[in-house]
Amino acid sequence: MAAETQPADRRLLEVKDLRKLFPFSRGLIRRVRGEVKAVDGVSFHVNEGETLGLVGETGCGKTTTARCVIRAIDPTSGQVLFRTQDGPVVDMAALQGGHLRAVRREMQMIFQDPFSSLNPRMTLFDLVSEPLYNYRVGNRREREDRVAELLRLVGLRPEFMRRFPHAFSGGQRQRIGIARALALNPRLILADEPVSALDVSVQAQVLNLLKGLQAQLGLTYLFVAHDLSVVRHISNRVVVMYVGKVVESAPTRRLFTAPKHPYTEALLSAVPVADPRARAQRIVLRGDAPNPADPPTGCYFHPRCSYAADVCRTDTPVPREISPGHVVACHRAQDLELKGVHQLGASKHDGS
Amino acid sequence: MQQTHTASSRAAPEAPPALLSVRDLATHFPVDEGNVVAVDGVSFDLYEGQTLGIVGESGCGKSVTALSIMMALSRPGRIVKGEILYRPRGQDPGPDEVIDLAALKPDGKEMRAIRGAEIGYIFQEPMTAFSPVHTVGNQLIEAIRLHRDVDGKEAKSLAIELLRQVEVPLAEQRLDAYSWELSGGLRQRVMIATVMASNPRVLIADEPTTALDVTTQAQILDLMRSLQQQSGMAIIMITHDLGVIAEMADYVAVMYLGKVVENAPVDDIFHAPKHPYTKALLRSIPKITEAEEELATIAGTVPHAYSRPEGCLFHPRCPEFMAGTCDARTPPPLPVSPGHHVSCFLYGDGG
Ligand SMILES: Nc1ncnc2c1ncn2[C@@H]1O[C@H](COP(=O)(O)OP(=O)(O)OP(=O)(O)O)[C@@H](O)[C@H]1O
Ligand SMILES: Nc1ncnc2c1ncn2[C@@H]1O[C@H](COP(=O)(O)OP(=O)(O)OP(=O)(O)O)[C@@H](O)[C@H]1O
Ligand code: SF4
Ligand SMILES: [Mg+2]
Ligand SMILES: [Mg+2]
Repeated sequence: MAAETQPADRRLLEVKDLRKLFPFSRGLIRRVRGEVKAVDGVSFHVNEGETLGLVGETGCGKTTTARCVIRAIDPTSGQVLFRTQDGPVVDMAALQGGHLRAVRREMQMIFQDPFSSLNPRMTLFDLVSEPLYNYRVGNRREREDRVAELLRLVGLRPEFMRRFPHAFSGGQRQRIGIARALALNPRLILADEPVSALDVSVQAQVLNLLKGLQAQLGLTYLFVAHDLSVVRHISNRVVVMYVGKVVESAPTRRLFTAPKHPYTEALLSAVPVADPRARAQRIVLRGDAPNPADPPTGCYFHPRCSYAADVCRTDTPVPREISPGHVVACHRAQDLELKGVHQLGASKHDGS
Repeated sequence: MQQTHTASSRAAPEAPPALLSVRDLATHFPVDEGNVVAVDGVSFDLYEGQTLGIVGESGCGKSVTALSIMMALSRPGRIVKGEILYRPRGQDPGPDEVIDLAALKPDGKEMRAIRGAEIGYIFQEPMTAFSPVHTVGNQLIEAIRLHRDVDGKEAKSLAIELLRQVEVPLAEQRLDAYSWELSGGLRQRVMIATVMASNPRVLIADEPTTALDVTTQAQILDLMRSLQQQSGMAIIMITHDLGVIAEMADYVAVMYLGKVVENAPVDDIFHAPKHPYTKALLRSIPKITEAEEELATIAGTVPHAYSRPEGCLFHPRCPEFMAGTCDARTPPPLPVSPGHHVSCFLYGDGG
């Protein structure tokens, strides 16, 4: 794994107090109005050249966060500060029109499903060159050369250019998606569950490719995933979300070996380890995550937290930096002794 | 490989006969583009109170194996070879009383009495298992009345009891819910309750937690384990997740392109794997407990189902490939230690 603190600790992206509310109304006679707090005051930063992992369970707001960053949707409030290639820091959340378009070119998204994210009627050339075409980069010849170069970069043969995506396997399609994302030389890649739909052996190939490209091209990744083993492998730092909020963020090793938030501990404990001798005594969380349209009072995690105190039911815990680079939003962060992955897997009860 | 129903791959002489013995099962799908060999000579045994894990990558034939056992193949799927020997419930059946499910009519009375009643089946997306227009309560009550001789009122109280057993909170209120109103985890619990209504002896779970979050997955796996402890049912756990296998299985069958390439007690699979494919698979998963620079990969891709290689199916991707042997003949399953079989020419005297 790469060093956890990059030598050049320069922030490429800084998200400050980001919020995204989706209003809804339901019921025909008694119209109930409310809003889903999909992203509820999220702050984090990504340093140039590093990978920030964003983890959390379904519906916690990972995709919404990424879509706000790239301005696929407009945030309700907050700032998305991005240091552009030319130097100045701009707020993506406030940009409009041509200026937004120019900056957005420096960010690209890679999606989970390599089967539905590629138009089946477009050839590989069409797919990979489309961003170039949209930004009027080069003539047809130059675009062909660039596509050939990109295909080689992601480990596909340039001769495949005239083929359609259905002729390719899941891993190959994900490579096509990556080539397309790289077409405009982006600096920040937002990868939303890029390997979740892939088999383990194919997943390994794509993860190695992403790491190799990062080293080769100096890319910065915001890597959204729910698989904690994948996140551990790829990330320098990790942000854990729960019901629209960041509950903990820390350098990867620290987060996995010395978590400070009870939710992180439960999440780590739930991961099945590929070793029957390490069958863990799990912390099995009860119930489901709360509905973001109707979250509990105080700490959103308190109804499921085995460490909850009275204050947890009434007061929202504020994120605090408890050691350099380690931020936790828990009233009891300082006095709890939580288990990391090594202690969690240690209790053997293997019978064979 | 032994060919009788009493075949036990376990060493213990006092081991009970297998509840279910699959012998040399082959299932094909003759489609326009060619003949898809989905399952190609699969054998394994399943014992009471134990969990057999079937693991392998997408398309290797895990689901088709399960559907073959259930005799619930979709067209044009057909069992072309092999036996599925099942020791049915009933008054003390002797060790020789077995039925070959593969020889029964898929929709015949006998098979219907076994499918869903003695052998239960749960799968990945519980959404499709429920009708969206009926409450889950009605569907659960229907399942109970199908398998037990009770009136409506008794069925309802049994339904509530079952929901409590699978730890559905507010069980009574949930009877009136529709499946789409439930979270993924609750829906999977209700599906398990529906299957448990018949008190099955074998539970086939095909990727039961793949669509769920890790914390919900942990709940469901926990539930399956405790139901197994209470009822002594045997479980076939189908998954592509080696973590889930390590967590749940007593015995493991590793599949590649329709064949079981290795089967062994779970500890052997993870600590003494023999087949190059099993080894490669294990090396390719990132570990949550350590940070590795690069993941090991398997060269190439899984061949297309219509164009299966000659000889050992893994040979074009195998780092230990021996020309003239691996591409010429099919390696038979070979015992390497008690209960541990591997189909690879690296072992034994080269077949
Ligand atoms: N366009 C929308 N309209 C209304 N609600 C939305 C919309 N998009 C997302 N949500 C809600 O916002 C919350 C966060 O969703 P989001 O997709 O960001 O979660 P996620 O963490 O990416 O989950 P997953 O792991 O399932 O992808 C969810 O409750 C979701 O239902
Ligand atoms: N109805 C069908 N018609 C034609 N081929 C089929 C059919 N069902 C399955 N197959 C083929 O049989 C093979 C085995 O499929 P199966 O569904 O058993 O794989 P699996 O191991 O369960 O994979 P996954 O992990 O993706 O669920 C595949 O090549 C598949 O394409
Ligand atoms: S603030 Fe309280 S309820 Fe929330 S995680 Fe910390 S201890 Fe648990
Ligand atoms: Mg998402
Ligand atoms: Mg399947």
